Amino acid sequence: MIRRLIPHPLLSITLALVWLGLVNTVTLGNLLLGTVLGLVVPIITAPYWPNRAKLSRPLIVVRYVLLVLWDIVVANVQVAWIILFKRSTDFRSRWITIPLELTSPEAITVLAGTITMTPGTVSAMLGADGRSILVHCLHTDDPDYERDRIKQRYERPLKEIFE
Amino acid sequence: MISIALMFAFACFGLGLLFCLWRITVGPDVSDRILALDTMVINLIALLVLYGIWKGTAVYFEASMLVAMVGFVSTVAYCRFVLRGDIIE
Amino acid sequence: MPAIMEILISAFLILGGVFGLVGSFGLVKLRDTMQRLHGPTKATTLGIGCALIASMLYFFSTGGAVSFHELLITLFLFLTAPIAANFIAKTYIIRNIDRSELPASSREYGWSVYDDSPALRREE
Repeated sequence: MIRRLIPHPLLSITLALVWLGLVNTVTLGNLLLGTVLGLVVPIITAPYWPNRAKLSRPLIVVRYVLLVLWDIVVANVQVAWIILFKRSTDFRSRWITIPLELTSPEAITVLAGTITMTPGTVSAMLGADGRSILVHCLHTDDPDYERDRIKQRYERPLKEIFE
Repeated sequence: MISIALMFAFACFGLGLLFCLWRITVGPDVSDRILALDTMVINLIALLVLYGIWKGTAVYFEASMLVAMVGFVSTVAYCRFVLRGDIIE
Repeated sequence: MPAIMEILISAFLILGGVFGLVGSFGLVKLRDTMQRLHGPTKATTLGIGCALIASMLYFFSTGGAVSFHELLITLFLFLTAPIAANFIAKTYIIRNIDRSELPASSREYGWSVYDDSPALRREE
């Protein structure tokens, strides 16, 4: 019964929170309206969500978010340093291929987003079967090290969270 | 002190807009122009937010939220058009 | 307004301005499109994040009310920047790079711009 009423609890919570953010004041009325939206919208849009992502281990999720936020700040200082003070002829940009162990589309999306937001790497393309990802490095001397770093630091926690 | 910092930030993002404009005119590829337009939108949002602080009103948040959404959708639409020659299949 | 708040807000504003400028400067300085993609996706997004935090602190210390609006915009930008970057990268690759210039995908199927997905292949 509960599963029928709230097919997608995470989406419901997100919708309610976004609604509160949009109206920007927390009153009882807004809270009620947000809850109604959070309940109705997932039911209406349920046909568009054929397979739902399961999130397990909330603690690892929190740790992962904090890790990525910290990496974003570090990444920006590094990239800013490279852009400002390195001569553009000295850049050694490379493509690297990362074979993926993740299989769920949500996990791969999060991983691609993380790669783009963190130090000196942009995810450019997926393999046609979604089992490898093409990454562009702004400046690296050791592509193998970069690949292992991404696999260790981001892919492993994501595997624990989504699978 | 805040007003000086505000002026500094205005100058930075304004200069950023000029850089983007230069990249749009020079090119050389379509993807460069799309990227420069995307960056321009982000700079524009920053300018709107700063203007809101300067005037002391929160009215401009709705505007910047809308600009952010329109900017994202238009970037994706441009790219899809170049990639597939079609936006909605 | 307490002095500490004023210093904090100014610091975030200046930080935001510097990051925003560096991101846009990257557009002018770097030499090929894939390199240019790095500046705006990271630096400019963080710059605007700083500006939004400054605005949040400012309205908190003048009006006294906490506002979440800015958080929404920041979240939205952080979610959309990688997607936009990915699209632009694909656009660039399909127009300018031959498949032999890219490293192999190390799997059975090649990169998605050049190869059909397994489902499409089965249909044929």
